[in-house]
Amino acid sequence: MPDTITLELFRYHPDRDERPRFQAYEVPFREDWVVLDALNYLKDRVDGSLTYRWSCRMGVCGSCGMMVNGYPKLTCAAFLRDYLPGPIRVEPLSGFPVERDMVVVLDDFMQKLSSVKPWIIRETAAETMASGEYRQTPAQLAAFKQYSMCINCMLCYAACPVYQHEEQFVGPAVLALAQRYNLDSRDQGNSQRYPVVWADDGIWDCTFVGECSAVCPKHVDPAGAIQQAKIQSTVGFMRSLLPFGNR
Amino acid sequence: MRYSNEPLFWSLFSAGGMLAALLLPVLIVLTGFVLPADEIAFSHLQDIFSNALIRLVLFALAFLVFMHWANRFRHTLVDMGLKSLHTPISVLSYVVAIAGTAWAALVLLG
Repeated sequence: MPDTITLELFRYHPDRDERPRFQAYEVPFREDWVVLDALNYLKDRVDGSLTYRWSCRMGVCGSCGMMVNGYPKLTCAAFLRDYLPGPIRVEPLSGFPVERDMVVVLDDFMQKLSSVKPWIIRETAAETMASGEYRQTPAQLAAFKQYSMCINCMLCYAACPVYQHEEQFVGPAVLALAQRYNLDSRDQGNSQRYPVVWADDGIWDCTFVGECSAVCPKHVDPAGAIQQAKIQSTVGFMRSLLPFGNR
Repeated sequence: MRYSNEPLFWSLFSAGGMLAALLLPVLIVLTGFVLPADEIAFSHLQDIFSNALIRLVLFALAFLVFMHWANRFRHTLVDMGLKSLHTPISVLSYVVAIAGTAWAALVLLG
């Protein structure tokens, strides 16, 4: 086992740097350290100006997604030992504007996320707590459960070749979350979501590359969700052509 | 809401892809390798392909496989950075697909 390993970090402080650069740091190699541990070591002891997002260190919060050797990873789940002998190149998530070092601008993603109304919508008015809970069978829960595991880490956006050059594309996580609510038996909001989901820049920009599902740390299958939505959209389209079609 | 017209082209693309994957290799292996290249096999095949229903199936197969190609070709070019030429590329792709389908019809009718 080596004593140290080299990290090549993407550095960019817009107030100081004219253009991004890479800076190499030696960190102690520890068998149980992940890339995030190495970044925290550097920030605490070597260079306090290093900037990146993180929170939970256990693959739940979705904050610490970065490109590790060119591949989108949660840095809290990327062990140094898997990148021996190094160096390990760490960059901000691909396809997003950089704010500072590994921190990317989230505005585009947040705006897209809210555009599909990712919450349960009820059209029936005047429901009160007194009318009781909405019960679901295990099968009804299973229909959407895997899509509800999304932690909004945006690794799927960094992996998606369509999003890399089609900024308008609504993108994998948001479309999978739209599908999560559309498939929920308690939800009645499909008619409010499909103008975004079924649009040209929604599911129809996807060419089913499938990298989104390959990189997802929570085993959500956005590519599958988009394919399902394509079938629903096609059924809706065919119905709209019928003289007595309901939409 | 105005529907995207993609569902129409995507359903033809999907059907073509499915049939191309399932049927084309079988047809190529049967007609190209399994059947002996002699006159008996040829006249046997001629009998089969003179059946109107089989010709109709082959025509549908050719049509859907061409539509599959057109959709994939168009999306590949657009994804490679030719988005500004999306309309002419689409027109060209589907004109070629329809020409191919017409050619298949001529062969099957001849």
